[in-house]
Formats: sequence, C-alpha cells, structure tokens
Amino acid sequence: MTTTRREFLKSGALASGVAVLSMYVPGFGGQEAQAAGSLHTPNVWVHIADDNTVTLISHMSEMGQGVHTSLPALIAEELNVDINKVKVTTAPANPAYVNGLLGAQITGGSTSIRDAWEKLRIGGAQVRTMLVQAAANKWGVDAASLTAENGVVTSGNGKSATYGELAGAAASIPVPKEVKLKDASDFRLVGKAIPRLDSPSKVNGTAEFGIDAKIPGLVYASIEMTPVIGGKPKSFDAAKAKTMPGVIDVVAISDGVAVVADTYWHALKARKTLKVEWDLGAGANLSTAGFWKGTMAAEKTVAPIKIRPDVGDAAGAIGGAKKVLKAVYQTGLMAHQPLEPMNMIANVQGDKCELIGPTQFQQGAQGQVAGLLGVPPENVTVRTTYLGGGFGRRVCVDYAVQAAEVSKAVGRPVRTLWTREDDMKNDWYRPLGMQRVEAGLGADGKPVGIKFQLTSQSITQALFGLPKNTLDPFMVEAAVAPYAIPNTSHDLIIHDTGFRVGYLRAVSHTMNCFANECFMDELAHAAGKDPVEYRLSLLENEPRFANVLKIAAEKAGWGKKMPKGRALGVALMEGYGTYMAQVAEVSVSGSDVRVHKVTIACDCGQMVNPGIVEQQLESGVIYGLSGAVHGDITVEKGRVVQSNFNDFRVVRQNESPVIDITLVKSSEKPGGTGEPSTSLIGAAVGNAIFTATGKRVRSMPLAKGLKSA
Amino acid sequence: MAISFNLNGSTVSVQAEPDTPLLWVIRDEVGLTGTKFGCGAALCGACTVHLDGVAIRSCQTPVSSVSGKKVSTVESLSADNSHPLQKAWIKHQVPQCGYCQSGQLMSASALLAKNKNPSDADIDNAMSGNLCRCGTYNRIRAAIKDAAAEMRA
Repeated sequence: MTTTRREFLKSGALASGVAVLSMYVPGFGGQEAQAAGSLHTPNVWVHIADDNTVTLISHMSEMGQGVHTSLPALIAEELNVDINKVKVTTAPANPAYVNGLLGAQITGGSTSIRDAWEKLRIGGAQVRTMLVQAAANKWGVDAASLTAENGVVTSGNGKSATYGELAGAAASIPVPKEVKLKDASDFRLVGKAIPRLDSPSKVNGTAEFGIDAKIPGLVYASIEMTPVIGGKPKSFDAAKAKTMPGVIDVVAISDGVAVVADTYWHALKARKTLKVEWDLGAGANLSTAGFWKGTMAAEKTVAPIKIRPDVGDAAGAIGGAKKVLKAVYQTGLMAHQPLEPMNMIANVQGDKCELIGPTQFQQGAQGQVAGLLGVPPENVTVRTTYLGGGFGRRVCVDYAVQAAEVSKAVGRPVRTLWTREDDMKNDWYRPLGMQRVEAGLGADGKPVGIKFQLTSQSITQALFGLPKNTLDPFMVEAAVAPYAIPNTSHDLIIHDTGFRVGYLRAVSHTMNCFANECFMDELAHAAGKDPVEYRLSLLENEPRFANVLKIAAEKAGWGKKMPKGRALGVALMEGYGTYMAQVAEVSVSGSDVRVHKVTIACDCGQMVNPGIVEQQLESGVIYGLSGAVHGDITVEKGRVVQSNFNDFRVVRQNESPVIDITLVKSSEKPGGTGEPSTSLIGAAVGNAIFTATGKRVRSMPLAKGLKSA
Repeated sequence: MAISFNLNGSTVSVQAEPDTPLLWVIRDEVGLTGTKFGCGAALCGACTVHLDGVAIRSCQTPVSSVSGKKVSTVESLSADNSHPLQKAWIKHQVPQCGYCQSGQLMSASALLAKNKNPSDADIDNAMSGNLCRCGTYNRIRAAIKDAAAEMRA
C-alpha cells in the first residue's frame, strides 16, 4: 500500500495544479489504522468483521458534500459488496489518510473525488484480491478460478466463503502492488445516482453531529471571547458566575474566559455575568474603511507578482486600441456561517487528549492540540462526527484548541459550544479584494489586449506560512479567463490587512470570476455584441467552455423577450477541473434584487454520483447567492459589526431560485463539484442587473453596490 | 424546580430553572438530540419543535411555559422513517449536511397538519424561518408537496 500511496501523492500533486502546501505535518508512529476485537484490516480503507460486517473508511469528513456515499462507492465498486449493507466511518488522524492533492489530511478544495478516484478503487481491488487469495489458499485452488461477488468468494465447484470468514486470513496476505481495475463499462456504482447513505439518519434525528456527541463525565463550557480577534483577557471577575447554578469553574484561556458547568445552559447563563478586562491587541483599530484604504495604497507601493508570464505586450496593444475600457471591481469580506456552531469535545488526561467533533482538518486539530499540550501528535486522537456544514470554516481548528485548553484547566472532559454571535464575530473571514482591469478593443470589437491586477490578502501566508512575495495559488483562481486574447498581463499584489482570514467555499474563484465575467460583459456591450455570442467568438479553441455556454444559453432561453426590469445574465468559469456556465434570470426593483431562476450547464468529467453532483451545484448556487447579493461583513474598531442572521442576511426558502441543471456526459478525469457553482452566480446576477437596469454594479455584495451605483 | 410536560407521547419530569430554554431541556436533560441549536435567537429554525401542534422555536421557549403541554420533536415522526415527510425527504434526497433538517421537518409537519394541499406561497410562509446553508430549499419544497399528496391519498 505504501508504494501505491506515495506514487499517488506524487502524481496527484503534479497533475492537479493544486499547490502542495508546505506545512507542519505531525510525525506519526507509522502504524496503519488497527482494528480491535474481531475486526480485520486488510488495508487502510476496509475493515471486515468476522460477522461479515464491512466498514469502509472515508478519509474525508462528511459535511454535506456526500463523501460518505461517493467515497465508499469507489471502494465498494472494486470490493464487490452491497453498498447498502456497509458501514461508513471517518478516518482517524493518520498520515495514511492524507489528501494527496493538498498534502495534508484536509477535507476541502473540492478534492475528495479527485484524490480518491484511483486510490480508493485500488484500495477496494486490493482487498478483493487478498480475500480471493485467502480463499484460494484455503481451498488449494488457483485464485484465478474464483469469483468475488456481493461479499462472497465462490469457486466453480460449489465452495463459498463470506468476506467475514476470509478476512482474518486475508489481512495477513501482503497487499498486492499491482491490481487490475474495472473498465468503465463494468461499473455498477460509479456513475449512478445511488441514494445517499446518510439520508436515513438525517431525517429522524439520529445522525450524530459534534453537538450531539457524549462521553462519560462530560461537562460544558461557554467562552466569553475577546471582542477583538487577537486580544486576550487581562483580568476577570467571576464572583457572580461562580454562585450560579451548576457552575463548576471559571478559567482564563488564551483568547477568552471559559465558564464550565454541568449543562450548556448553565455555562452560557453564567458567562453573561462575567466582567473581563481585555488586552485588545494589535487589531483594536482595524476597520473596513482602513482595509480598503490599505489595499488601494498597496497598489502603488507593493511590487506586483506575475500570476502568469505576460503574453505579448498588453500595454502596447491597449495603447493602440480603437476603444479602451477600464474598471475596478471589489468584493467584500465574508463569513462562513455553517449552521452548526463551532464545538468540540476535548478530554485531556495526563499527556493524552481525545478530541470528538466536527473538523475538516484532523491532522491540524491533532497537531495544534499536541503543540498546546507539549505532547507527541500520536497522543492526541481525533474522532470526527458529521459536520453541520463546513464551507472551509472547520479547516481552522481554533475551537478544538480552546476545548483542549479548557479541559486541561479543569481536568475533565469538556464540550465547548459557541453561540451564533461567537461564530459571526470569530470567523476566519474570506479576505476582501479588488481587481483593476483594462482592455482594448480592435476594429472588430474583439479584445486585443487585457490587463488584470488583483490586490488582496494571502490566506496561505497567514495559515500555512507561505513565504511573503510568493504567488499564492489560492488567490489567483479563475484570474486568467479562457478567452483568446493576444496580449495579456496578469499581476498580483499581496496586501496584509492585519485581519484574520481563511478559506471560504471556492476561495478566490468567487471574486476573480466576478471581475472577469462582468468585465467580459462590459467588453461585449462596448463592442455592441451579444454577451453569449461575444464569448463564443473568443472560445473557438476551448470546446468544453463553448459547450457548456451553448447549453446553458439555450436551456435558459437566452434572447427571449423579458418584461421590463427583468433580464438574463451569463457567466462561465473553470474551477477544480470543472467547466461551468450559469445563466441567471433576475428582476430588480429599487435596490431589491430577485433571482428567479438559475440555469447551469456543467462538465465535470467522469461523475461518481450524478445525484450528489446535482446537489452540490444547487448548494453552491444558494450559498454563493447569499454572499453575492446580501452577505456582508464589516469591521469597526477591530470588532465585526454583524452578530446573527438578523444582520447577516442569507437566502431563505422564499428567495430560493428555480435551479435547472444539465450535466454533460464525459469520460474526462473527474473534476471537483463542491465549490465551483458558488463562484459564477455573482457575475451572472451582476450582468443581469446591468441588462435589467443599465446600472453596472462593480462590487459585491450586489444589493449594497446597487444602492450606490 | 420540577416541570412536567408531555414529550413525544410520554410524560417527562425535569429539574430545571424555569427560564431554561426548552431546547436545552430536550437535548441535555432528556437526551433527545435531534433538535438542534443554530442561532439562539429564533432566526434560523434549527430548534423547531411542536407545542400543542404548533411549530415553535424551542431556543426561545422557557421550559416553564410548556408545563402540562404537549411537545413533539423530530423523533416523534418515526424512528423507521415511515412518516410521509421522512419518505419524501429521502426520495428527493433533501439532506446534505443535515443539520437544519430536523427543524425543516417539524415546520413542514406543522404546515401539513393544518394545510393538506399547500401552495408555493403557503410553503414560503411556513418555511422561510428555517435556514439551510446547504441550499436544499427546492428539494424541501418538492418533498413537502409529495408528502402532502401521500397524506391526502
């Protein structure tokens, strides 16, 4: 298994175009996941019990994106077991489960299927091969004469044994290095919209999220956190809190004061009586206005980094062009806000710690808590529950470290649970950014040159220590549009605002697609061309782009007559290896933007589960729409102004557009689908707003931009 | 103080201060964890349960106010997913992360209890207090209509 894994790590990293993050990866004893009792573990992906219970291991966290169905399907496809009779569990923190595309055990970056596509099918085939060999050894026959179907190995002469009966012997057979995988024509699970395995538990209240997990002796903590991110408590008065019902202790931790009580409600109620003196730290004077001022100043003072080498001479071509357009696009800060607030159980006992809860980064939680406690990483175990949404928030594990701090201080197993206000004000926010774009049009109206300059903050510098003045690939996603333009210049200016930032679903695709695709519409209108026709004329060498654009335009009824104040807008993008076009049907009344319908055409290569792909595209549109039109995070005096869903507006049932999806059949390698649809909706809606009103809104959130447009 | 109420058909008696939100009594005292905490301010609907058949936000309902009344949670629909709403939720593959779905189901079942054939506007009115960050709204709408049809049949 080791050889195969290394090969995949290597080839996956090179082929993916996704940066392999140079980061702290805790050492590990080297042992593979070991099962206890009657469980047998032929390799890291499959446990088989003597009673024939098959457990398939997902190395990715289930946060709604369906990996607890799609990843087991890849294993089961080759293992030949009934997918509806297996159990699925999330892997522990262990190097065996590192995401080859990210270089760490992270669920994110729409990488699950792309990372797993070959690796898990190989994993399933290896175990099937070992089970067959175990049967061949037992019966003294050639393995080639045996078949493995539906959890049973059978011989031509009537002998049969279940996987459970063979698993013990199979586990001691060396893992085969070479295995033959099924031809696509023989797939029974891959490519089928099999129902999600987690649906039943998610409609009767039995699914276990972090907030639901329990261990003996568990007590509850609510933490009064620093009002300015980066601050710390100087002193506190807990006299009143300590007299309140159920309160066990009140302890200071790095970034707050924790009330520990016998129930969560007791902890929260007592927390509200605390009086804390804060050292607000370096962030005390930060403000949104200051962030923009600094960003604009950085354009003049910071040397740009090339996003890609210049092609031709953009400045010269624009200088000699018949018509020149210039624009500045801006995208504001954004919070993740998964519905399950941050929470974690930590049980620090001596030099060991058990963590139970929702995380997208098992290795990070393990490593950071080990660092806090000064113990080797293997002393910290991580059990991952279902995640009540992730969207990138749970890549940052600050809440796990807090839980360990509190547990250590009180010597008991503790669950920390944030309030919504805690979540809103202590997120790792999507950075703001601005694009200065410029293009020149030739006599035929086509662009002869384009300049693109992005100024924004590097998350990868802040989180993973990417050296300064280095291209951060997570800033420049979708920065280079696919259009045939002979002279191009793409620059990046990195400006650290001092505010805490993190990866949010689709990361920089969203702001860059917004700028590029709205500006492309501006060029089309300046050239007097239809936005779809104009794009198609620049996509002659990009068949996958042209195809999805044509499909989306046709399905949306592009060109149909619309009532006054109502219009269609288009956008297209490649992200995570997935090609997509969206058409939004929008009406505008004053500054009220109503999105009636979104038509999507998507070519994401080979699909493992088209049903889940559709779910993800729908999800991305709604999530993206919330941020593109409404969601707004602002900062004053270092404090996030918004506090709950009253002042951080997200799309609700009555605002949910009809979503029409066409999935392109393809045998290209799988693309990621958890994120890309998030990023097109802002541009599609922005372009529709222009056609409906004549107002070009060049900032997100659009509703706010429309007021000042 | 001891407070008694009917939870999913059985009488429960809990020791809690009168201002304790019903949500935390159900989750931490009784141990039924299907009902979720999302915002603590009646803005997201994750904590929706029925009080005498009406959908309420249990995070904003003091336990003292349910004394002697009937409370129903998602666990009351069925354990084996045989309720028409649960069947429709699975048929339409509604849940993604699933965290909001207990609340969605309870708002939907309160709607269907008084409206056998809800229109789109009825669904908007009944369901817009329940947030779903995964964006499962259209599937929820379709599933409610399906379940309503089955319940009428």
